[in-house]
Amino acid sequence: MNTDYINLSNWQLVFAAVLILVNVAISVWLRLGLGKTLLVASTRMVVQLLLVGFILQSVFELKTPLPVLGIGLVMSALAGIAAVHRTKRRFAGVYWDSVITVLGAAFVVTGAAVLGILDVSPWYAPQYTIPLLGMVLGNILSGVSLALDRFMEGVAHDASIIESDLALGATRWEAAHPLINDSLRTGMIPTINSMMVMGVVSLPGMMTGQLLAGAAPTDAVRYQIMIMFMIAAATALGTLGVILLAFRRLFNARHQLCAERLQLARRED
Amino acid sequence: MSSPPTTLAQTTNPIPHAFTANGELLRARDLSFHIEARTLWRGFDLTLHDGERLGITGPSGSGKTLLLRTLAALESLQSGNLVCGGLELAQWSIPAYRARVVYVPQRPALREGTVEAALRAPFGFRLRRAQAFPDAQVSTLLQAVGRDASFVRQRAERLSGGEAQIVAMLRALLVAPEVLLLDEPTASLDAATVRAIEQLLMNWISAQPGRAYVWTSHDAAQLARVTDRLLTLQSAA
Repeated sequence: MNTDYINLSNWQLVFAAVLILVNVAISVWLRLGLGKTLLVASTRMVVQLLLVGFILQSVFELKTPLPVLGIGLVMSALAGIAAVHRTKRRFAGVYWDSVITVLGAAFVVTGAAVLGILDVSPWYAPQYTIPLLGMVLGNILSGVSLALDRFMEGVAHDASIIESDLALGATRWEAAHPLINDSLRTGMIPTINSMMVMGVVSLPGMMTGQLLAGAAPTDAVRYQIMIMFMIAAATALGTLGVILLAFRRLFNARHQLCAERLQLARRED
Repeated sequence: MSSPPTTLAQTTNPIPHAFTANGELLRARDLSFHIEARTLWRGFDLTLHDGERLGITGPSGSGKTLLLRTLAALESLQSGNLVCGGLELAQWSIPAYRARVVYVPQRPALREGTVEAALRAPFGFRLRRAQAFPDAQVSTLLQAVGRDASFVRQRAERLSGGEAQIVAMLRALLVAPEVLLLDEPTASLDAATVRAIEQLLMNWISAQPGRAYVWTSHDAAQLARVTDRLLTLQSAA
């Protein structure tokens, strides 16, 4: 491993934690009501990351492709389920649609990057595949949930507009097209916005990490460019896929809108 | 109304007119409709003839809207069949069927944009790609409903319910259907516009063979004026 970077000791981490404790104290003092939430979030973050650290340590030592693929499948399935959880409505099969598209888009794009661009060896090298997949999945997840939510809300609220088109001889595709466009745009906006300001307003987290680890800025930038293309491609693929599948569920082959298939999600919180 | 009915006859439909032998435009055979455990109707038969003006009345919840939506193929058939131009519904391409049998909802919703854009929208569908927008007919129709040319420049999404109903009606006439399914078409309109719409639709029927409408209403006097056959739906058991 590269040892150009400063290893953090536990005491250094405690010192970092003091930064947040100061804020907790201010919140308690001014009765802002944020103290508890900040503490819970900070604790969760620490526990989750420590666990991930342990898990990744053993994952990176894997010497066969199957467990790596298995971990990738589980990560993708969880992302697909989480994407649906963030939406207000559901239809039968929405979880399948989401998991299939998230999995497909993430594997296609990560696969292309690992096999076609980076050409890592062995091809499944977990040190590359798992972090790249995770980064791609996080972005697909938000794109898919935004697009899906917009699409379902559109079907629920604009059913009579869509049916007016159908009643005048529009195909289901023609009647749904404005809403499909709108949903895809909604799903892609965060990715497009972040590309627009990348490097100007913010330094991306991955690049910052590489810089801290001692990488040359020009090298870190190259990685970041590749990552952004992966993220944009995967998010576009994922949002398109999930919207097309949802379209087929909510518009039948007889060019009828099946808005009754939509139900409000039961609030779990 | 002052507009001569002949102007309405000059509609061009490049889709060949349906086979109307034996004067039958649309036939519903043995329709049933259940909502959960409730049976709205069973074994329902209906034949709509060339030139016919059919009225449908019945208490709220008796399924008038559902019947029109079923005839427009916006609802799936739970049983029975629809026959149009000698072809069963399954043999039709649904958009082509709906170009002939047009449903006009009671509370139409229009997309954001001008009234003109709303009127032109159906001519952007693949079905009518080869068809020119009948500009000349628009002014005739506007005149018939007592609106001037500035009406088409208004924002469709800001129209009142009654004005949206007018736009939906004009749009349905512009696409040159054979059967109009009118769901309480004058429910939100003032008396003068009600009469104008009634006259416009009756002129539309008489202007050309191969046309008919189904008109639902709670207003018995209106149905007596605008229909020549009346069907009463019973409230569901």
